[in-house]
Amino acid sequence: MRYLPLTDTDRLAMLARIGAPDIDALFADVPEEARLSGPIPGLPMHASEMAVEKHMRQLSKKNLAAADAAFFLGAGAYRHHVPATVDHIIQRGEFLTAYTPYQPEIAQGTLQMLFEFQSQVARLYGCAVANASMYDGSTACWEAVAMAGRVTKRKRVVLSGALHPHYAEVVRTMAKFTEDEIAGASPALQSQPDNAGLIARIDDQTSCVVVQYPDILGRIPDLAEIAEAAHAKGALLIAVNTEPVALGAIKSPGELGADIVVGEGQSIGVGLQFGGPYLGLFAVRDPKHVRQMPGRLCGETVDAEGKRGFVLTLSTREQHIRREKATSNICTNSGLCALAFSVHMTLLGEKGLRQLAAENHRLACAAADRLAKVPGVKLLNDSFFNEFTVLIDGDARAIVRQLTEQNVLAGVSLGRLFPGHSELANGLLVAVTETTTEEDIETLASALEEVLA
Amino acid sequence: MSAPNASGWKPGTPVEGHNAMSGPDTATGNRALMLEEPLLFEIGHSETTGVDLPEPQGGGNRLGGFERTAAIGLPGLSEPETVRHYTRLSRQNYAIDLGLFPLGSCTMKHNPRLNEKVARMPGFADVHPLQPVDTVRGALEVINELAFWLIDLTGMHGVAMSPKAGAHGELCGILCIRAALEARGDAREVILVPESAHGTNPATAAFAGYRVENIPANSDGRVDLEALKARLGPDVAGVMITNPNTCGLFERDMKAISDAVHAAGGFVYCDGANFNAIVGKVRPGDLGVDAMHINLHKTFSTPHGGGGPGSGPVVLSEALAPFGPLPFTARTADGVVHLVEEENAAEFDHTRAFGRMTAFHGQMGMFTRALAYILSHGADGLKQVAEDAVLNANYILRSLEDVLDAPFGHSGPCMHEALFSDKGFAEGLSTLDLAKAMIDEGYHPMTMYFPLVVHGAMLVEPTETESKAALDQFITALRSVAERAKAGDETLKTAPHYAPRRRLDETLAARKPVLAFTEPDDI
Repeated sequence: MRYLPLTDTDRLAMLARIGAPDIDALFADVPEEARLSGPIPGLPMHASEMAVEKHMRQLSKKNLAAADAAFFLGAGAYRHHVPATVDHIIQRGEFLTAYTPYQPEIAQGTLQMLFEFQSQVARLYGCAVANASMYDGSTACWEAVAMAGRVTKRKRVVLSGALHPHYAEVVRTMAKFTEDEIAGASPALQSQPDNAGLIARIDDQTSCVVVQYPDILGRIPDLAEIAEAAHAKGALLIAVNTEPVALGAIKSPGELGADIVVGEGQSIGVGLQFGGPYLGLFAVRDPKHVRQMPGRLCGETVDAEGKRGFVLTLSTREQHIRREKATSNICTNSGLCALAFSVHMTLLGEKGLRQLAAENHRLACAAADRLAKVPGVKLLNDSFFNEFTVLIDGDARAIVRQLTEQNVLAGVSLGRLFPGHSELANGLLVAVTETTTEEDIETLASALEEVLA
Repeated sequence: MSAPNASGWKPGTPVEGHNAMSGPDTATGNRALMLEEPLLFEIGHSETTGVDLPEPQGGGNRLGGFERTAAIGLPGLSEPETVRHYTRLSRQNYAIDLGLFPLGSCTMKHNPRLNEKVARMPGFADVHPLQPVDTVRGALEVINELAFWLIDLTGMHGVAMSPKAGAHGELCGILCIRAALEARGDAREVILVPESAHGTNPATAAFAGYRVENIPANSDGRVDLEALKARLGPDVAGVMITNPNTCGLFERDMKAISDAVHAAGGFVYCDGANFNAIVGKVRPGDLGVDAMHINLHKTFSTPHGGGGPGSGPVVLSEALAPFGPLPFTARTADGVVHLVEEENAAEFDHTRAFGRMTAFHGQMGMFTRALAYILSHGADGLKQVAEDAVLNANYILRSLEDVLDAPFGHSGPCMHEALFSDKGFAEGLSTLDLAKAMIDEGYHPMTMYFPLVVHGAMLVEPTETESKAALDQFITALRSVAERAKAGDETLKTAPHYAPRRRLDETLAARKPVLAFTEPDDI
């Protein structure tokens, strides 16, 4: 039991100091009839480092890793190259094994990093203030809806049909309990987002309009038009971004008038990880909304000698002070994922982010053009960044399954994303990043040609 | 006190103005190995990058006319500059790798590096959440294997694996209770929360649409059973209780509490943040708990990472399991693990799920770490975890109660954490001063001012991964600081003296919030 330093001699000496005859005496308050004795049944005895590693490696090998396939999945989780430096930094024990920075004098490393992270996110989103991160994009989306309710004192939420269906489902789930009324639909397979339809649903009881940018089909909606319509009715625009790399190429949501911008930060620094841990990003355009924001915030201040330093601040909004009146019950952030994001973003810088975005878009255009030439495949989108929808003559889900046999992970079928919507069954969402090679694109196109022939 | 290290050297009591870290100013602000580090925004440049990417080439433009034109304002650093920036920042942090981290209720234990290695295996780290199920059988097995042990160790019926942190798990549990009540057409309005509960508990209940009412603690530091019973009625949906509680005590009456709540038609939520104290020793299910989140980072050693990510799977009783949120993992009779989502919920008889709490499947990276930890400890070691955690806490309690007031020292053994108060400190000296002085002794302070039921509370949790020698040194340090607090040592008021920063002005930060970097020119 290599993680437990006490020896039996220590244990006896300590029990003597305590004045307890044996260890069971320390569990005297646990009702005797409920107490377990002896080793835990069914669980093997403790295992060596080598044995555990071997077991886990065997499980790991039962999965097809993205690196071992021609890989085209996106839909809210993207495979990008993460520089080795990122993992090196986040594995430094002083970051990895630190607690929440509640003692700022000995947590300046984490705090300064969070301040820099907030600044990076705010700039990327075109906002005044970002928080120190949320659980993930989907929960950040729900928290934005809850915040809009607090700001506007209204209860009608308009969801774009082209919002990630898991995000929409999280909002619907939570709203059942807060009595927000949710209006939403599934997306229509059209080349352009249906802004007019969305705008028509905004009324003077609407707290917020939630629009994904780029949307779940990869299209790029005109946020400015929706922002104007929302503001005219006194509603807030919440923009949801699931691919931050896109913001190296397209205008920021804040610039286009979004009031709250939330998103998934996984693309920068974090990796796929079968869905988690991920990194929720949350920002507001207008600093006056800061006190309604959920989550942790790091702020600048000075110490007793006048030196600049950083602390967690505005905690009077939070659960440990306001209890049932808190803006949210969230009591953590994704500190280590925020660090990974911040280190990766620092390595990129403005120049690198723009190059990365350009390379993603170039390859996506090449993939879209190549796939559109496959008989039985049609490109849906007029606009996209690194992800687009193709319509296939056939059930996309079945075709995706078929292609895995050739080590091609072809994309996310809309049938998988929107169960029960048979009208979407021939839609396939294809994502391309800088990790995709021209050869991968050719592999996918040829495989599709073969199965559709 | 005797010198804490073998050489006999001990830093002198700091005196204001004669600070070992003061002395002649340096041109850089650096002090030998302690380096000042400017903000990234002050040293980075928009033309600098630490990655090699191709210059943008021609090719298509399908951005729909939304090309970003204005500068974003993101500074870049080369790779060596990046490594130095973050390495220098890291040295301004305290961490469990540097020493004992006695935060009560937060459970800072050693983070095994094998777990980090395992989580990074490509079959776990480089797998997309929406890959066809046949390509992720191993990942599902990890979830299922961990789920199995969580259910087994808690004596429960099912587990929702997707909640992303402890407080998210609380919300999940309360929503299961709400869904179960609604399913029987029973609209109830109130959740009872004992006053020693975590601040998240009332916030969670309120977020789930409930009114919160407090239940007092008795003089023993435990839930007042009679007060609880008196308040139960047809409007009470349930009770949120922490066991072991935040005074570090086991709720002896847990079974009686559960029975009373069940008899009144309500459900019992247990905040499982402190499960590490009883794992392998008692199963919450046997005490009548209906739902409990398990902070994988606390009980199963996944690292805190400066504030997260956490992971908060929620174990559920037979009455609540049908309502657990999607996605869900279920093993069928043939031994195959299935991912239950919206589309196949009926196939697995899971149609009453209350919804979805997050995109995708939860914190896979934490599941692999937690499973590796469980297997490393095994049937014998996991029980030893609880025993050593409790032994270490009681050792601290009994070694210090002659110099520090222990308000519930009479209430029986503590569990995994020892509670002290500021009673007996000299006039004008507070728990905060003692805590900051512990920084000068080389320790992260204990949890301060929590639980709220004790004035000037200090909650010390050593965990099971501390040696006796480490505990003895900590006890020596805390004794010394406590004696100074009782004697009225004014230098405590200005501690810490040796940290990278002196006391920080938190009032200023809140009154004039500066939450993002702005260029000096912009001001």
